[in-house]
Amino acid sequence: MDIKDVENLAKLARIELEEEEKKSLLADMESILGYVKKIESAEIGNIKEEYNLYNVWREDISEKREFSPEIIKKQFPDSQEGFLKVKKIL
Amino acid sequence: MIDLNSLTITSARKKLDAREFSAVDLAQAYLNEIKKKNGELNAYLEIYDDVLEQAKTADDLIAQGKSYPLLGIPLAIKDVILVRGKKVTASSKILENYFASYDATVIEKLKKQGAIFLGRTNIDEFAMGGSTENSAFGVTKNPHDTRRVAGGSSGGSIVAVASNLALGALGSDTGGSVREPAAFCGIVGMKPTYGRVSRSGLIAMGSSLDCIGPATKTVEDAEIIYNTIRGSDILDSTTISEETYPKPPLKKELIIGVPWDLVNGEGIDREVKENFAQTIKKFKTFGFNIKDISFKNLDMALAVYYIIMPAEASTNLSRFDGMRYGLHKDGKNLLEDYMLTRGLDFGKEVRRRILLGTYVLSVGYYDAYYGRAQIIRNMLKKEFTEAFKNVDLIATPTAPSVAWKIGEKSNPLSAYLADIFTITANIVGVPAISLPSGFIEVEGKKLPLGIQFMASHGAENLLFEAGKKFEALNN
Repeated sequence: MDIKDVENLAKLARIELEEEEKKSLLADMESILGYVKKIESAEIGNIKEEYNLYNVWREDISEKREFSPEIIKKQFPDSQEGFLKVKKIL
Repeated sequence: MIDLNSLTITSARKKLDAREFSAVDLAQAYLNEIKKKNGELNAYLEIYDDVLEQAKTADDLIAQGKSYPLLGIPLAIKDVILVRGKKVTASSKILENYFASYDATVIEKLKKQGAIFLGRTNIDEFAMGGSTENSAFGVTKNPHDTRRVAGGSSGGSIVAVASNLALGALGSDTGGSVREPAAFCGIVGMKPTYGRVSRSGLIAMGSSLDCIGPATKTVEDAEIIYNTIRGSDILDSTTISEETYPKPPLKKELIIGVPWDLVNGEGIDREVKENFAQTIKKFKTFGFNIKDISFKNLDMALAVYYIIMPAEASTNLSRFDGMRYGLHKDGKNLLEDYMLTRGLDFGKEVRRRILLGTYVLSVGYYDAYYGRAQIIRNMLKKEFTEAFKNVDLIATPTAPSVAWKIGEKSNPLSAYLADIFTITANIVGVPAISLPSGFIEVEGKKLPLGIQFMASHGAENLLFEAGKKFEALNN
C-alpha cells in the first residue's frame, strides 16, 4: 500500500484529506491490515461463503408512522417548496 | 435526602409506589448530582430541559395508582439513540446540529412505561472506540480514577450509572461497547441476542453486529430494562420473534465453559488472569460446574471483526453527505460538498474506519478480506453452536486489562486489541453480560474488573440467572 492507494480510497469514500493525515493513515492502515491478515492462516478448506439470509415480508399496507416532517425539512441546507435542493449532478 | 448510592431500579420502584419520594424528588436528586459531578466526568453531553416535566407526568400516573417497572425511573441515553425533537450527535461534529424527527423504538417503549430521560451521554464518535477518547466533545473520565478512561464506546452512559448520575442507561454494543466500559467502571452491562431489541432509531455502525443493551447497577435492573425494550418490530426487519430461538429451561446446576487457552494467552494482564481464576473458583463454590473448552477459530474473531465492522461502517456512514443531517460545507460542486463535509467533520478514527472498510470491500481485495472473514465467522458460529450443546454459559474476562490512562493508547491497533473477549458475542450473535468481579489496586486507586458470560442464542435468561446468583452469594 502507498500514498496513492490512500488517496484513491479517500476519493472513493468522498473524504477530503490533508497531506499529513494521508501519511499517518497509511501507517495505521498498514498496521491494522497486517494484523487482520492473520485470517489467511485459518484453515477453511473448501468452505464457500454462505449467508443464511431470507426475506422479511409484510403486507403492502401503509401504516401510520409517528415522525415529524417539519424537523426533517428544517435541517435541509437548502430547499424549495419542501423539497431538498442540491447542486446539479451533471 | 434520597440515598442514591444504594438505590436500584427495583428499590426505587418500591419507594415511588410507597410514596416515600416522588418522581420529581428523584429526578431533582439526580439533576443535583449531575450538576456537581458532570463537569469533571463529562458523562452527559446534554441534560434535557424537560426532565422535571417528565417527572411530573410520572407522578400524575403514580397518583392515579399506575405502576410500571420503569415509571418515574431516571435513565441516561447514549447519544446514538433518537429521541424525537432532541439533538442526537453520535459525538460527531457532522451531526452537531441534528435533531431527531422520530423516537427510536426502544425510546417509545420506555416512554410507554413513563421512564424519565435525563439526557444524552458521551460516546466514541459513531460508537467507534473503547474509551470515549474518540468523541468530538471531550473524553469521559473514569469515576474510580479520573486520569483513566471510562471505556467505550458507551462510556458516558456507563459513568452516569456508576457515579449515581442515572439509575440505569441505554448503550449500544457492536463489539463490546456496553460490556467493556461496564467492566472498567464496576457495573453491569449487557448485550442481548442479535435481533432481540429493535434498532429502529439507532444510528448504525456495523449492522450485522449492532445491539442496544442496558447498563445498570444490578443484574435484576438490567433484566427490567431488557424486558422493556425487547421484542420484534415492524420497523426493524432484523428483529427476531419469541419463537426464533427456544428459551432453554433453567437447570439446577449450570455448566460454565472456560476457554482457558484464550484467557491465558498473550496480551492479557496477569492481574486480570488472577481475578478471573478467583472468580471462576467462586462460581464453582456457588454450585456451578466448570468445564475447560476450546475453539479452533476463536483467536481469529478479533481479525474477523476488524474486517466486517469497518466494511459495514463505511457503508452505513455513506449517508452522511451534508444534505440531510444538519451540517453542510459548501464547495464548488456537489462532489466538493461531499468531500469537504465528510473530510472536515468526521473525526480521525471515523475516517480511518471508513477508509479501511472501503479497502476491504474494493475489487481485488473483497475475497481475501471480507469474503474470507465471513467464512470464518460462519465457522465460529458453528463452533459455538456445538459448544453450547455441552455447556450453558461461556466465561471470559470482559477486558484484558483495567481501564487505561487517557492518551495512553495512541496506536489504534493497541486499542482494538482491548476488544479481544467482547467481540466474539457480536460476531456470533449470542447474548452476553459483564458483571463486576472485584477490584485491583493500581497506583493507589482501586480499579474495577469484570467477568463476561455468553449464552446461546435466545438464552438471556441463563445470563440473568447466573448473574443474580453470583450477586446474591458474592455479597
